[in-house]
Amino acid sequence: MRREPPQRLADYGPLAFPAVMLVVFFVIPFGTMIAVSFFKRQQGGFYTPDFVFDNYARFISLFFGKVLGFSLMLAITVAICCVVLGIPFTYLLTRMGRKAQVLWLVALLSVLSLSEVIIGFAWSTLFSRTAGITNLLVILGLMQEAMPLSPSFGAVLTGMVYQALPYTILILYPALVRLDPTLTEAARTLGASPVKAFFTVVVPALRNTVIATLIMVFIFALGSYLLPQILGRPQHWTLSVLITDQAVYQSNMPFAAAMAVFLVLVTLGMVGLTVLVGRKGEAA
Amino acid sequence: MSTFLTRAYFFLIGLFLAMPIIVVAGVSVNEKQSLTFPPQGFSISWYGQIFMDEEWRDALIASLTLAILSAALAVLIALPLAWFLWRRIAPWANIFQLLGVAPFTLPPVITALGLLTFWATTGFYGQPWTAVISHAIFFVTLPLVTLSLGFTSIDRSLVEAAATMGADDGKVFRTVVLPLIRPYLVSGYAFAFVLSLNEYIVAYMTVGFTVQTLPIKIFNALRYGYTPTMASVTILFVLIAATVFGLVARFGDLPKLLGAMPANDK
Repeated sequence: MRREPPQRLADYGPLAFPAVMLVVFFVIPFGTMIAVSFFKRQQGGFYTPDFVFDNYARFISLFFGKVLGFSLMLAITVAICCVVLGIPFTYLLTRMGRKAQVLWLVALLSVLSLSEVIIGFAWSTLFSRTAGITNLLVILGLMQEAMPLSPSFGAVLTGMVYQALPYTILILYPALVRLDPTLTEAARTLGASPVKAFFTVVVPALRNTVIATLIMVFIFALGSYLLPQILGRPQHWTLSVLITDQAVYQSNMPFAAAMAVFLVLVTLGMVGLTVLVGRKGEAA
Repeated sequence: MSTFLTRAYFFLIGLFLAMPIIVVAGVSVNEKQSLTFPPQGFSISWYGQIFMDEEWRDALIASLTLAILSAALAVLIALPLAWFLWRRIAPWANIFQLLGVAPFTLPPVITALGLLTFWATTGFYGQPWTAVISHAIFFVTLPLVTLSLGFTSIDRSLVEAAATMGADDGKVFRTVVLPLIRPYLVSGYAFAFVLSLNEYIVAYMTVGFTVQTLPIKIFNALRYGYTPTMASVTILFVLIAATVFGLVARFGDLPKLLGAMPANDK
């Protein structure tokens, strides 16, 4: 049975249910959100249909600029940390035996699937005064007395790297498995040390993968909405936190929707960039 | 890299990934209701609390129900779509593939807010079933990706042989295609199930005020301070995830599912 174009209307049948579900429950909600971003807010959490740019005009403020700048900076930092930690790890992982690989993959998937709530709770425990790592340092004699490490920027960053690292490794994994092992072998034969072979052969061969991974992890980190709240102070709140806060606690749906639309545009711009990088890679 | 350095590096990454879980496991067996590590005394009563305490039990049941139903719905959406894209040449239908992947690629708060405005506008806001649909759409990507992978791995000559012998589409699907893609179907369901169980923001924005799922319950409890049940629930979730993915790895080809092709398959 070859692939063939649909001939009768009935051939489209199987498409009906998925198409209806995706259009009604994804495309329409998305459109609703865009529409609401132009609505006018009424007192008491309601909003009325309108076409105003007020919600977007609120972006032009120092406060919003700071939040946006911080969100982008945080997401970029997380992406760089994860890729730097993840590339050597994934490279070595793909060189391991199958059994060990599967074991690590199960562990990585388990951590990746953990709820942000749980990751936040676990790290806040680890950073707490009574049950945290500082107690260990006290026992080892490296510190005088235990102290809390969160809320702080370092705590937010650590939590987000923890959340994004398994994601990074799983994105890098297919590309690194397919990497031709004879490349490094050739470098080794010509006298390069393993570390030198890794940095001069593997890393350049992966240039496009690295850039695409950076962007994907950046988007992933941009979506983090609970860790900055649990592990950080209000000045560590990101755009995602602000959207949730406006929608749920301030009941300002139009403003939340406008910020969400803005976040989509930033994300789509990034995805576009990934595609562009990918195209260039194929052409080269 | 030398074996020693490799081992050390893997140990450090493993420690980083395991450390929070180890500490939470430690505090979950504290005898008293205190957040201390190393634990003082030993008690597994906080695990009993998940099932004994009415609020935690209700949250567990709500989460399990949501995950079982939404993962099933996600598979029901993904299966016909993936089949159609494999069986037919219809380039424009790829738009649905894109729509299926979009909710998972965008920051989750966007999908959550879109669904919140949608349910609020249609007047169904807060109904428990809206969370099932919301999660199914949010996680449809997972079965869609695993099933698409499954379909590409089917040897088309098998299907052609069945068709030549007179089987129609339906019969080919039941007797040839379905058995071949079953591992991918099961793993797609498993991925969607585990992620739905852990999902917070979409559930919170759609039914957060009427239904408490476990992640919502943990977050609410967290705001009022610490109870050891949070720690025991966390460990329960880690165990569930590890068991499900372990089973997927046991009965399926996990490296292949995650995109690794055999080295000689270039």
